[in-house]
Amino acid sequence: MEQFFQQLTNGLAVGGIYALIALGYTMVYGVLKLINFAHGDLFTIGAYLGLTLLTSLGLADRLGPLGAVLLLAVMVMGLVAIIGAMLERIAYRPLRESPRLSAVVSALGASIFFQNAVMLIYGARFRVYPHDILPKIAVNIFGLQIPLIRILMLLTSVLLMVALYLFIQRTKIGTAIRAAAIDQGAARLMGIDVDKVIMIVFLIGPSLGGAAGLMVGLYYGQINFTMGWVYGLKAFTAAILGGIGNIPGAMVGGILLGVIEALGAAYISIAWKDAIAFCVLILILIVRPTGLLGERVAEKV
Amino acid sequence: MLLKLENLHVKYGNVEALHGISLGVGEGEIVTILGANGAGKSTTLMAISGLVKVSEGSILSRNAPLHTLKAHEVVRHGIAQSPEGRRVFGTLTVNENLTLGAFTATDTGRIQKTLAWIYTLFPRLQERCEQMAGTLSGGEQQMLAIGRALMAAPRILLLDEPSLGLAPILVKTIFETIREINRAGVTVVLVEQNARAALKLAHRGYVMEVGRIVLEDTAEALLSNPEVRNAYLGGQAA
Ligand SMILES: Nc1ncnc2c1ncn2[C@@H]1O[C@H](COP(=O)(O)OP(=O)(O)O)[C@@H](O)[C@H]1O
Ligand SMILES: [Mg+2]
Repeated sequence: MEQFFQQLTNGLAVGGIYALIALGYTMVYGVLKLINFAHGDLFTIGAYLGLTLLTSLGLADRLGPLGAVLLLAVMVMGLVAIIGAMLERIAYRPLRESPRLSAVVSALGASIFFQNAVMLIYGARFRVYPHDILPKIAVNIFGLQIPLIRILMLLTSVLLMVALYLFIQRTKIGTAIRAAAIDQGAARLMGIDVDKVIMIVFLIGPSLGGAAGLMVGLYYGQINFTMGWVYGLKAFTAAILGGIGNIPGAMVGGILLGVIEALGAAYISIAWKDAIAFCVLILILIVRPTGLLGERVAEKV
Repeated sequence: MLLKLENLHVKYGNVEALHGISLGVGEGEIVTILGANGAGKSTTLMAISGLVKVSEGSILSRNAPLHTLKAHEVVRHGIAQSPEGRRVFGTLTVNENLTLGAFTATDTGRIQKTLAWIYTLFPRLQERCEQMAGTLSGGEQQMLAIGRALMAAPRILLLDEPSLGLAPILVKTIFETIREINRAGVTVVLVEQNARAALKLAHRGYVMEVGRIVLEDTAEALLSNPEVRNAYLGGQAA
C-alpha cells in the first residue's frame, strides 16, 4: 500500500508536468492547427533559464527558499513567454498563408535551432541544479511520508491549471481564444483580432512549458539539452490522449499518463515504462479516436 | 451613402470572382443582392467585412475607406455580418456566442440593452441561453447568428442567406424579424436565394451574374421585371 501511494503521488506530480507542457501543444493546435514541434525545447529553455537565474542571482539567500522559487518561477515564465511570442512572430506568422507543411518544417527547424542554441551555450553534458534550494523534508500525510517538493510541484501545477481554466472559461479574451479555435473567420467577424489571440496563446503555452522545465530541474536536480524531446513527446502523447485542441483534455491526459507510467513502472516493469504509456494511448485511440474529451459536441450541424 | 462599393475586384488565387462591382446602400434601407449560386454574393459581403482581400476598387462607409482595414477593424465601423451557413461557435453556449458579438463594445449598459432587445426579437435564444450553440436547431442557429451580429450594435447588418435550409414557416418569421430590425434603424444588406421573399422585404435590389452586377432597381420594379421573373421567380407573377 505504501508503495502504491508513493507511486501514485509521484505519478500525479510527473503527470502535472506532462499536463503543463501538453497545454502548450493543445492550445497552439487549437488556434493554428499546427503542432509546435519547438514546444519541448521551450520547456528545456525554462529549465536552463531557471538554473542560470538560480545560480547567478543568489535569490535563496535573500528571499528564503519559497520566496526564491516563487520569484524564479515568475521570471522563467515571463522570459519563456517572450521567447514563445518571438518564435510565433519569426517562424510561424510569415507562413500563415502558406501550405501547412511549410509551417511544420519551420517548427522542426525552430526545434533544432533551440536545441543547438542550448547545447552551445550550456554544453552537452548534464547540468546540476543546486540541491539546497528547497529543504529536503518529507511531509506526513495520513501516515505517508511524501517529499515536500513533490507536494509543491503538484500544488503548483494544479494552481496554474485552475488559473488557466478560469481565464479561458470566464474572461472575454479566454472566450475569444476558444472562438478563434473553432472558426477564425467567424471570430474575425466578431471584431476579434485573431493575430493577437494567437500571440496570447504563444505567451501562455510557452510560459506553462517554461514553468514545467523549472519544476523538473528542481525535482530531479539535473537537466540536459535533449530533455525537451522526451518530455515533449510524452506531453504530446498526453495532449492526443485527452483530445488535441481540448484544454481540459490536455490536463486530464497529462495527469493520467503520469499516473499510468508511474504505476506501470512499479508493478509491471520499469524497463517497459514508456511502452506501457504508448500502449495505453493506442488502446484509448482505438476506442475513442478523438481522444478522451475530444469533440464532445458536433461543431458543424 | 452609408455604404458605397466602387469598381470592386476580388481574386481567389489567380481567379477573379468579382469583376468590378459598384453598389450603394443608403441609411435606413434594406438592399437585397440576388443571383444564382456562385455569382459572387458571399464574396461581396466578405469583401465588405474584410475577410477577403480587395484587389482593385474601393469600399467606403460615410467616406471612410474600409477596404484597407483588417476584418476586426471593420466591425468597429458599425458593420456586422451573419455569414452564410451561420457559423455559430458550436461548443460555446448561446450566451457566450452573443457576448462575443459584442466583443468590440465597451459600454456594458448598452450591451445589456441590446441583449434584452435581441431576446425580445428571438425569445427562443433566452430559453436556451446556457445551451451549447451546436445543439440548437437550424432555425435557432440562424437566430443566434443574427442576434450575435446585432450585439455589435451595427449601423449596417449584412445577412448572407438567412433562410438557407429553413422550413417555410421559419423563413417567414426570420423575414418579419429582419423588417423589425430595420424599423429599429439598422440598415440591412440581404443576400438571398429566396428572391421573392427578399424583394417583398427590400426597398431596392441588385442582381448579380458571374461576378458582375447586371441589374439594379427598386424592389417593386424588379418583382415585375420579366427577366427577373423568368430567372429568379420561377416565371410566375409576383
Ligand atoms: N474560398 C474560395 N476559394 C476559391 N474560390 C472561391 C472561394 N469562395 C468562393 N469562390 C468562388 O468565387 C465565386 C463566387 O462565389 P460566392 O461569392 O460564394 O458566390 P455566391 O455567394 O453568390 O453563391 C464562385 O465561382 C466560387 O467558386
Ligand atoms: Mg453565397
